[in-house]
This record gives sequence, structure tokens and C-alpha cells, in this order.
Amino acid sequence: MHVPRFWREIPNRYGLVGTRCGHCNRVFFPPRAICPHCRRVGHLEPYRLSGRGKIYSFTTVYSGPADFKDQLPYMLAIVELEEGPRVMAQLTDCREEEVKIGEEVELVFRRIREEGEEGIIYYGFKARPVRGRSQEARPS
Amino acid sequence: MRRVAVVGVGQTKFGELWDTSFRQMIIEAGTRALEDAGMSGKEIDAIYVGNMSAGQFIRQEHIAPLIADHSGLAPVPCTRVEAACASGALALREAMVAVASGMHDVVVAAGIEKMTDVIAETGQEVLATVADQEWEAFMGATFHSLFALMARRHMYEFGTTEEQMALVAVKNHHNACLNAYAQHHVELTVEKVLQSPVVSSPLKMLECASLTDGAACLILVPLEEARKYTDTPVEIAGSGQASDTITLGDRESLVSLRATREAARMAYRMAGLEPRQVNVAEVHDATTISEIMAVEDLGFCKKGEGGKITEEGITAIDGPLPVNPSGGLEGRGHPIGATGIAQALEIVLQLRGEAGKRQVKKAEVGLTHNVGGSGGTAVVHLFRRV
Repeated sequence: MHVPRFWREIPNRYGLVGTRCGHCNRVFFPPRAICPHCRRVGHLEPYRLSGRGKIYSFTTVYSGPADFKDQLPYMLAIVELEEGPRVMAQLTDCREEEVKIGEEVELVFRRIREEGEEGIIYYGFKARPVRGRSQEARPS
Repeated sequence: MRRVAVVGVGQTKFGELWDTSFRQMIIEAGTRALEDAGMSGKEIDAIYVGNMSAGQFIRQEHIAPLIADHSGLAPVPCTRVEAACASGALALREAMVAVASGMHDVVVAAGIEKMTDVIAETGQEVLATVADQEWEAFMGATFHSLFALMARRHMYEFGTTEEQMALVAVKNHHNACLNAYAQHHVELTVEKVLQSPVVSSPLKMLECASLTDGAACLILVPLEEARKYTDTPVEIAGSGQASDTITLGDRESLVSLRATREAARMAYRMAGLEPRQVNVAEVHDATTISEIMAVEDLGFCKKGEGGKITEEGITAIDGPLPVNPSGGLEGRGHPIGATGIAQALEIVLQLRGEAGKRQVKKAEVGLTHNVGGSGGTAVVHLFRRV
């Protein structure tokens, strides 16, 4: 991914900023520019998500792309956030045998991947089971 | 709107065709289709070709004129159609619209993908470009991981088992053994499937379609003129296409493809047919869970019972509703852009009674179901003997 393509989404990726429709109050993450329910009467504004949610489904990837090779095997989940949207994220700090659908997770700031020796390092969020852990502070 | 019929079909062998180039493949499939229809080629008014990604697989864009040119058909208009893994069925739909509208009389619907000129790892990375690059592939999502997430949820909601999913692979590989054009000629067992390496849990290697080269062509004409070319025309009685969200997370459900349900509804309505009237179906089994979800979403059984009807042999080649008699994507192979055309080709052969060792009984109505990506596009067609 080229630098501008990553850079322009930093607020969303680092700060979990999605959008909310002022007309129907639905929240979208990843952000949408048009509310598919209200369309022209909708009005979307930036909306910051809490990062709290539950595992909706998960898998462990054993065969992955070159940029993720050093991380294999890694876990991916669809996380249902408390504001409604479902988002894809890697699961971190846990093992597949322990994970269950419905388990509470929080999105935490992590390194996602690196682009070779000299390329940029991509940061973003991963999902971590809460399991009694106090919620990690996120930069404001 | 004019009624449309298929009067000619042709395909290449599906597999790793290292000694055959992209242009040779399309010529081979096209020539066979023309011979099947008893045409010379000068009758052709237009070509629609489904192709997902020649740009990434062989670094060749602008393949439409290349195909018209090397088929000796220029200046006939040729249009490339792309909808990821549903490119083939979408090319068929566009070709059908062209004939139905009266714009053209004799139209080729083609599909082609040359996937093995790159190494397997690159091939898988190309496949992953059908997912949302910003919010799925960025996180490490692979093509198969998307289906794995659906499979896990299907197991959770309906109790579908890994054995039931493995049975889909066993069935489709068995059927492929009866198909000379199929990529994989190997009988599997449930144990063999379950013991194959995990690609993305719970899906194993033998549950996922492989990388394949292949091309297939159909020739379409108005139904009223079909008997000029063949004694056994097959009508395209219904066509449906639908879109859904590109990201899996944005879907209302992970256990059903809304695009499939909507496309099927359109196709059934257009044809005036119901699911129970379908005698044979070619569905999009990119993975085993894909077929289980497809038979549910197409209305062949209740939601959640796809695994059960597979286990009961309902969808076996000698069962009451044979599904993927050709071997499907798993057995026949999945040259992305060619798949939708190859599915229609199989149904045409079945309805003509020309499917040889894999001929199913009493085939009057057939269905094809082609899905793009993880379900962002679905295309359904219904075919009828006339």
C-alpha cells in the first residue's frame, strides 16, 4: 500500500473514527460517506468508537500473503462493536483453543505489518480478549 | 424482449496448462463452441468475455480486442466483463441481454483465466484483491479466510460439522473423475479431506478450489432461430444478478449471501420457476461451506440444512437434486473468469443429455450460481430444455 493511501486513513485506523448518520443514528466503521438507509436525507459526521465489542466469528490463517509470512499462523476475527458495526481485525494475545464466539474483546493499538527492510511500518488495531483485564488506555 | 438460447458450447481442459498460452486457450474453447453450433465464425455479432484479472496474472490488460484479433474476428465488438469470480456468469448475462434486446443476433459469451503463469503464492495474493483492500486484506485477510469466517459462524449457528463440509469435497471430486475436462481426477474420503493441511481454520486444503487455467465459450442466439444451428437448443429461461457489501463485516449475516438470494429471486421470477422444479444445479463451491450456503440460499432446503442434505445424498450425482455434477469449482477447477461459463456449459450438456458418464436423470431444468469474491456479487441463471 502506497504511503498516501495509508496516511489519509490514519485517523480512522489509529483513533477508531468512523461515521454516524445524523438522520437514523446508525454508526459505520469502516467509515461510509453515504448512509445506505437514508441516502440523500442522511448526514454523516465523524464518530469515534469505544473499541469494545464481541467476537462474531474467527479463524486461524495458516497460509497467508508475503507481507504476513513472518506472523503465520495468525488469527482473524469479525468483531461486533458495541455501537453496532462489525469490523475485521487480527486477534492478539490469545490462542485459538481459548477463543469463543461471543467473547468480549477490545481493539488495541498494534503494529499490523512491515513492508520489507526499508518500507513503511503499518500500525492499526487488533482485537484482544478482555478477560478481566482493565481496558487499555487509547491516545485521545 | 426476445427469448435467448444456447446453441454451441466449448471449453479447454481445465488444469495447469503450462504449454498453452492465454490466447491459445480462448481460441481452443471458441473454436469448439463454433464447431458445436455448426458455425464458421462470420455469423458472430459480438463477444462478451469474463475475466477477473489478466492484468495481475499475466500483466495483460485490454484483453477484449486481443481476443477478437487473435480469434480472427476483429472488427467484431468484444467487451471484457469483471466481477471477480462471477465474471463468467456476468459475461453470460451481458451476452444474453445483447441478444434479448435485439441489439445483436449471434453473441459469444466467453470466460477465461490464466492463473498458473505466476507462482501459487502470487496467485493467492491476486485472489485476495477481491476482498476490501483497505479494511480486510490490510488486516491479513486471505480469500479463504473470508469463507472460513462464514464456516465457523455456520457451525456455531446450525451445528454444521467439519465432516459434513468434507463430504462436499468428496462428492465434487468424485463427480470430477467422470469429467474428462476436469482438473482433479482423484477420489477423496472424508478422512483424507480432514487430514489435509489447514488453510484457514476450519477449512482444509482439499475443501478449497485450486488455481487453474481454463477457458470456456457459449454461443447465444434468439430462441426462434436456434433450430437453424442445433436440434437441441437450451433456453436461458431466467437471469438474476445482485450486489452486496464488499466487506464481510458489513453484511447482515455471515451464514447467508444476500446477493445469492436476490439473484435467485430475480431468476426464478423471470423464468416462472420455483426451486423444487430444478433438476440439476452447478453452484459456486469455491470452498465446501460455499456449496452448503448456496443450496440453502437457492431454496433447495431450509437455512441451516445444507450440511444435512449433503450427508443424506440429496445432492449426489445419483440423488434427487444433483449439485455440481461437473465436479464444481473444487473438482473441475476454478479458472476464475471461466467458471461461470463452464457451469452453464455443464448444464447445457446435462439438458441435452450429452453429459456422458455423469449424465443425471430427467434433466429438464438446470440452474447455475456464480459468486464474486466473498459474496459482493452473485449471478444466477435458469436453463430449460425446449
